[in-house]
Amino acid sequence: MTSTPHDAGSRDAGHTPARAGHSPIRHGLDVHDVSWSVKGTVIVDGIELTAPATKITGLLGPNGSGKTTLLRAVARLAAPDRGVVHLDGVDLARLRRRDLAQRLAVVEQHAGTDHDVTVLDVVLLGRTPYRSALQGDSSDDRALARQALAQVDMLDFAERRWSTLSGGEKQRVHLARAFTQQPALLVLDEPTNHLDIAHALSLMSLVRRSGLTTFAALHDLNLAATFCDHLVVLDRGRVRASGTPHEVLTPQLLRDVYEVDADVGVHPRTGRPLLTFHPPDEVLPDTAEPWIPGASATPETVARGRS
Amino acid sequence: MSGPPVTESPPPRSTHQGEDGAVPQESHRPSWRSIGAGGIVVLATALLVGSVLVAVTIGQADISIRESWTVMSDRLGLAALQVDALGLGARHPSQIHAEVIWEMRLPRALNAVVVGAGLAIVGAIMQTLTRNPMADPYLLGISSGASLGAVLVIVAGLGSGLVGVSAGAFAGALAAFLLVLMIGQRSGTLTPVRMILAGIAIGQFCGAVTSFVILWVADPHATQDVQFWLSGSLAASRWSSMRIAAVILVVALLLFLWHARSLNAFTFGEDAAASLGVDVNRVRWVLLVTCALLTGVLVAVSGAIGFVGLLLPHAVRFLVGPDHRIVLPLSTLLGGMFLLWVDTVARTVFDPRELPVGVVTAMLGVPAFIWILRKRQVRA
Ligand SMILES: Nc1ncnc2c1ncn2[C@@H]1O[C@H](COP(=O)(O)OP(=O)(O)OP(=O)(O)O)[C@@H](O)[C@H]1O
Ligand SMILES: [Mg+2]
Repeated sequence: MTSTPHDAGSRDAGHTPARAGHSPIRHGLDVHDVSWSVKGTVIVDGIELTAPATKITGLLGPNGSGKTTLLRAVARLAAPDRGVVHLDGVDLARLRRRDLAQRLAVVEQHAGTDHDVTVLDVVLLGRTPYRSALQGDSSDDRALARQALAQVDMLDFAERRWSTLSGGEKQRVHLARAFTQQPALLVLDEPTNHLDIAHALSLMSLVRRSGLTTFAALHDLNLAATFCDHLVVLDRGRVRASGTPHEVLTPQLLRDVYEVDADVGVHPRTGRPLLTFHPPDEVLPDTAEPWIPGASATPETVARGRS
Repeated sequence: MSGPPVTESPPPRSTHQGEDGAVPQESHRPSWRSIGAGGIVVLATALLVGSVLVAVTIGQADISIRESWTVMSDRLGLAALQVDALGLGARHPSQIHAEVIWEMRLPRALNAVVVGAGLAIVGAIMQTLTRNPMADPYLLGISSGASLGAVLVIVAGLGSGLVGVSAGAFAGALAAFLLVLMIGQRSGTLTPVRMILAGIAIGQFCGAVTSFVILWVADPHATQDVQFWLSGSLAASRWSSMRIAAVILVVALLLFLWHARSLNAFTFGEDAAASLGVDVNRVRWVLLVTCALLTGVLVAVSGAIGFVGLLLPHAVRFLVGPDHRIVLPLSTLLGGMFLLWVDTVARTVFDPRELPVGVVTAMLGVPAFIWILRKRQVRA
């Protein structure tokens, strides 16, 4: 990843509608000794971490290391075997589901539907925890939904059917729904899945500008290095490292956890770590084919030959 | 961006300008919001009432429309419906015709409305809660379970009254439903096709046992009874037969409407519903047990009529989209209207013989089943 988000580094709160209601005191997320197991197999074990208020905390780790499981335990979609989770000083286990949903919004890794809903219907779902059974959607709800859609650049799609959206568009609509929930904490599971590089950068900037405390599982380490203020690395269900991107993303850790060789430099524009990776077998494939002038010269082969 | 500027600064980037210009027409749904949910419900209610008024004039005995309405307005004490008042001139209906209208056709029409409405709404709820577009109380074996429960209660002599039979039907429906849910899931998630297969198996089994039990204690009406419990009929409808079902229908409908928002939150599955603040376990069990209860009391009225619960919710969603706040009331009204007309056709088309109403609903329902299976790319 070499391009720079145009607004990286600037933290412009005030784009997300002001929180209605509860405590302005922000301590962030505090996870203490959380474990979850299934049929006797421990999947995440004694997790201790903090996600500072109004910052983006990235959750890294190889496939199967327990990221989704941990996020689900935090969001109480799975009840942990033990441990407590505090958000802004409140023990989440003590909240009713509805109160929890007013504080914490989740964007899942795979969330699809075969209901024939429109984009606006989906975003309005974010108002569910604020409305009683028989209340309709107020004009405030609609305004919030449209504002959130504008934030993720999907306002023109408001009346589109869900089934006609691309994967990246669906992901952005889910984010708009999460914003419409007006949470204090965003829990995102691989939010940039399906997104092209431009939309991945723009989505992460959006999250950053929302000013919400964010806890996000990410796979792209350079994206994490660029946008996250704090990183936590999981390995086989345990916290392996945590700290700032510079503290965490070291060649040694990448070798230990991901078993890859990496050079860690400094991004010339963001000052964040910049990672380049090498194949594990250390044998580079022979990509530089000899170029014979005139022989089947398509623009690509010419370009490749010259480089 | 063509919308009004809502944020203070424009969104970061827009890469979709090009393709939006030519959004395919069918990607937008014609919106019912222009008439409003209230308007649609009022319209459908008017159509339903009109349907009942017309359906009672149709039938074997040659009774004129004028006579039919005179009987009903007499009994209801409504001057406005008096044919005299309409200036059409009245011949006072004979006692026999009055009996046919008031004791047979009208209760039968109303029973059809109650059963159709109930089956449609049960189908709508089950389709959402099980995330299975093919869910239907009959296809999932729940109606057959109810039939078996009812027959067992009658045979065991626990009661042949409506309350006893309804209670037996409820127990049977609930047992069948729980079995189907158990068999239909694999490591905690329900798979639609597996569930349908489980439903067909349970349904066939309950049907076989029902036939066996009836023929075992065979009385002179045995084959007719088998026919009634397995494929449904409204021929035995009386005013008294729908007492319990009508009350349960109203209570269930109110309960379902109370949960309409929560049901919408299930659009992206149970976890998404939970993260939107829905108490998934409570909602699921309350609604599924209510579905079994309603199915049970309906089966006690009409036997096991299939496919209404499959067809109607899909038709309604096709018309107005998937929002439960409009889907539920409209499924109720159109379900009632649908079964009323199907039954009217079933009892008149081969006059003087009657087609079992379940035969007609199956003829309409199976093509719809195949269409849904193909169109919705049902997850196996
Ligand atoms: N319900 C379950 N039953 C059995 N095993 C489970 C269950 N949930 C998770 N696991 C196992 O726990 C491990 C961690 O899963 P998890 O989904 O949390 O990983 P992840 O870090 O999110 O991976 P990915 O990067 O692929 O999304 C995996 O090995 C998975 O197979
Ligand atoms: Mg995961």
